[in-house]
Amino acid sequence: MSAAEGAHPGLNLTHPHAKAQEETETALFGFWVFLMSDAVIFALLFATYGVMLHATVGGPTPADVYEIGPALLETAILLTSSFTFGLASVAMKHDAPRRRLLGWMAVTLVLGLAFLALEVRDFLTMVAQGATPMRSGYLSSFFALVPLHGLHVAAGCLWLVVMMVQVVVFGLDARVRINTLRLGLFWHFLDIVWIGLFSVVYLQGLIR
Amino acid sequence: MTASNPQAAREIRTYAIGYLLAVLLTGAAFGAVHWRVASAPTVFGIVLGLGLMQMIVHFRFFLHITLGKSSRADLQLILFSTLIIVLMVSGTLVILFNLHHRMM
Amino acid sequence: MTEPLWPAVFGRFGWMDLPFVRAWQELSVSEIIGAGAGGLVVVGGLAVVILVTWLGRWRYLWREWFTTLDHKRIGVMYVVIAFVMLSRALVEAVLMRMQQAAAINAPGFVAPDHFAQLFTTHGSIMIFFMAMPFLTGAINYVMPLQIGARDVAFPLLNAVSLWLTAGAAGLMMVSLVIGRFSTGGWTGYPPYTELAFSPDVGPDYWIWAVTLGSLGTTMSGLNFAVTIYKERCPGMTLMRMPMFCWTSLCTSILMIFAMPPLTVATALLALDRYLGFHFFTNDLGGNMMNYANLIWLFGHPEVYILILPAFGVYSEVISTFSSKELYGYTSLVIATMAIAVLSFTVWVHHFFTMGQSANINAVFGIATMAIGLPTGVKIYDWIWTMFRGRVRFSVPMLYSLAFMMTFVLGGLTGIILAFPPLDYLVHNTLFLVAHFHNMLIPGLLYGMLAGYNYWFPKAFGFRLDERWGRISFGCWVVGFYLAFMPLYVLGAGGMTRRSQAVFEPAFRPWLYIAGVGALVLLSALVTLFVQLWVSIRNREANRVPVGDPWNAGGLEWSIPAPPPAYNFAVIPTVRDRDPFYGEKQAGNPYPAPKRYESIAMPANSMTGPALGVLGAVTAFGLVWHMWWLAGLGLAASIATVIARSFARDVERLIPAAEVARIDRRWRKEIQRAKPIGRVVEGTPTNRGLAEVEA
Repeated sequence: MSAAEGAHPGLNLTHPHAKAQEETETALFGFWVFLMSDAVIFALLFATYGVMLHATVGGPTPADVYEIGPALLETAILLTSSFTFGLASVAMKHDAPRRRLLGWMAVTLVLGLAFLALEVRDFLTMVAQGATPMRSGYLSSFFALVPLHGLHVAAGCLWLVVMMVQVVVFGLDARVRINTLRLGLFWHFLDIVWIGLFSVVYLQGLIR
Repeated sequence: MTASNPQAAREIRTYAIGYLLAVLLTGAAFGAVHWRVASAPTVFGIVLGLGLMQMIVHFRFFLHITLGKSSRADLQLILFSTLIIVLMVSGTLVILFNLHHRMM
Repeated sequence: MTEPLWPAVFGRFGWMDLPFVRAWQELSVSEIIGAGAGGLVVVGGLAVVILVTWLGRWRYLWREWFTTLDHKRIGVMYVVIAFVMLSRALVEAVLMRMQQAAAINAPGFVAPDHFAQLFTTHGSIMIFFMAMPFLTGAINYVMPLQIGARDVAFPLLNAVSLWLTAGAAGLMMVSLVIGRFSTGGWTGYPPYTELAFSPDVGPDYWIWAVTLGSLGTTMSGLNFAVTIYKERCPGMTLMRMPMFCWTSLCTSILMIFAMPPLTVATALLALDRYLGFHFFTNDLGGNMMNYANLIWLFGHPEVYILILPAFGVYSEVISTFSSKELYGYTSLVIATMAIAVLSFTVWVHHFFTMGQSANINAVFGIATMAIGLPTGVKIYDWIWTMFRGRVRFSVPMLYSLAFMMTFVLGGLTGIILAFPPLDYLVHNTLFLVAHFHNMLIPGLLYGMLAGYNYWFPKAFGFRLDERWGRISFGCWVVGFYLAFMPLYVLGAGGMTRRSQAVFEPAFRPWLYIAGVGALVLLSALVTLFVQLWVSIRNREANRVPVGDPWNAGGLEWSIPAPPPAYNFAVIPTVRDRDPFYGEKQAGNPYPAPKRYESIAMPANSMTGPALGVLGAVTAFGLVWHMWWLAGLGLAASIATVIARSFARDVERLIPAAEVARIDRRWRKEIQRAKPIGRVVEGTPTNRGLAEVEA
């Protein structure tokens, strides 16, 4: 087990062959690189949001359209989903009964979908108040930044479904493991982006 | 994987600690805004500080990025990315706010 | 067809969007040129299809090339794209030069709108579909061989990158036949490219072609960086890597972090144009300055994405053809890294005149000049590498020498432009155009052509014709000076860039000289193809099957030419920098393996071509507002990715016996070949086995 000890703690090495481990490490490192490239996209949208924050042109301002309650609820749901995905990873790593792994994945999926539903409801409320992206530069930048995160969560949900099907079809073969680990990184990464979102977008807008 | 249960329990504990810390930090940030604990800029500073701390918590407990050898390459990558992001974001803000001031 | 059905199916397409119909309706030279270009694309495409069908090679192409995941073949296909696109963009450049020479107090023969399309496509193609594919192809081919790997880290992703790039390049070609291209320049600055001022399809073609290409490039960068990090052979520490790998690594890092700003800029512009957002519009809080900021956050690192691989090629070429190891390896590594990081701190120098305070301009001006330092270090290192070496003036070496002199000139004008008050004077003039061509032609094109001449024998097993190579080289260099030195004069004299017509008679002689230069550059391209043709015709005489025609030191020369699919029969172990050179000195450059093992290589996949086609189809649907097509393309792309994740039989095993057979056949070639000295390396006696010199 010494090889596994020094390995990435997120790795699950039931078969600690040097080659399989190397492949997993390469795959995960590659995915980290992708996440960092994605992070630059988010960072620039944050910067754009900061630049355009004052461009309300007489339309709704952040304080008019944000509500602290839904933001808190969405945060809580997303945080919890990160935790449940963690439990799924542990279940996979230690070859817990298949049911448990699929169960935690399903819980995560439900939480992800609940988050999306709440977020869409937020957007619809905003649009009903006349806060559409076509109204001002500020709202444009809001509707580029926050829904992009939502789009990522939606992609994550689709990916979760695919992985659950693959767990059932293939069992935990090497590729299913690697891709589930990648999905885990993706999911936790989206949580980190959300920290930026609720801090910089929602909370900043609500400070009076 | 015999005798892996204590290890599994330890790992679950790691996630639980991370979750707890994340909840506390989130709660503190929302609370600071809700009860308006200080002047607006100070509150924003607090929120940003808490957010940064929470990001570190997530990296440490959910993404397992530590100072140890096993995640050295990942850590270097993240730090380099942070440098680039800081350059790009701060540069964008400085330049465009400067332009904004000069045009208003 | 009833009225509402047409837009639902064909979006905003109408018959007037075909250049042939336009030329029929109002006959003018400008329209005829447009229709001719469109016709050339159609006829050329058809000719290729007919030729391949006639030769019965579709099956071969599909199995051996289109669906391959072999990094070498993918690299070659990238270079093919680069050559095709280079031809188009160079012809466009010649047209522009001719127009300006003809349009001095006269209308010329290209209409203003057409002229604007020409400079937009010329710039977009040269950057995104000539330079990027060329260097990506070179890295793809060479880098895994140099680090002793069998392939890149993610071979499938590599194919996807290629095909996205190909799809985007295809979209550029389609824009010649259906509709029109953007008139907003290669950077597509709003508000001009916003719906209010450019309601046509042009900017949409630009947006989606560039976005597709940049997605492919981001993934290539990721792939290369991970390959260099994780796939090096035993003993190949970072500080033993060939210089080309270092510059590839830095270029890859720049791709990973600098392509996202471009994606953001084009995506936000698309949101403005498609959904009525207000990022860069004139009204409702739009801020077009942010676009300049975003695109140059990409644009400046992009300059170094383009130049660094060429620096790597020069390092290899100069060392090899001076028969010396590279001087100041460590300083070159540090300089490369410094350039990579500094390149993220200078983007404002592209818009000094936008109106930010002098202090900000000063900071960025100083940072810009600071980049000159590591670049200067490199130039000196190359000079010292040649010093007291036995320099052979082969074609790659000639390009390297031309590069060093020309590039330093460009650097000098760069220092002028880096100085904000002076930049205010020459901004937006031909001085700038002269400057960046002065950087990119030697700093990219010469490098890639040097690499092409240098590694071609490795890739195809025979040397390129030396005589035609020299003629082509001469044309590229003479053509460059004739075409661009006058532009400095014109720019300093106040001639703005992108002018369709000129009203100052004093510009006439300079524009004529530049026009002649453009024609010389065109003949450089033609002679380049002649060189290829002649070389293919004489290939039997110029074969170098053993694989080391230049007595070079990298691992890529220690294997057959062309290399087998798995590159190395046995993964080498490296003990030194320039490992192959060391082994030759030690007297055992081709150790026979004790035994052969089966090698698992990635199996072919049609995911790459499928995603490339679907990406291009989606983009085409978006350009023409054929929503059903765009939706279908996107859904099919996602389905393709998911379907691929279910594939399990993704490797093919090359049996040990096959490896042994190929390797033994090569060893016979080694025994048959006569070791040759450097004096005769340009003659048919060169079979790729180098005489070891004490």
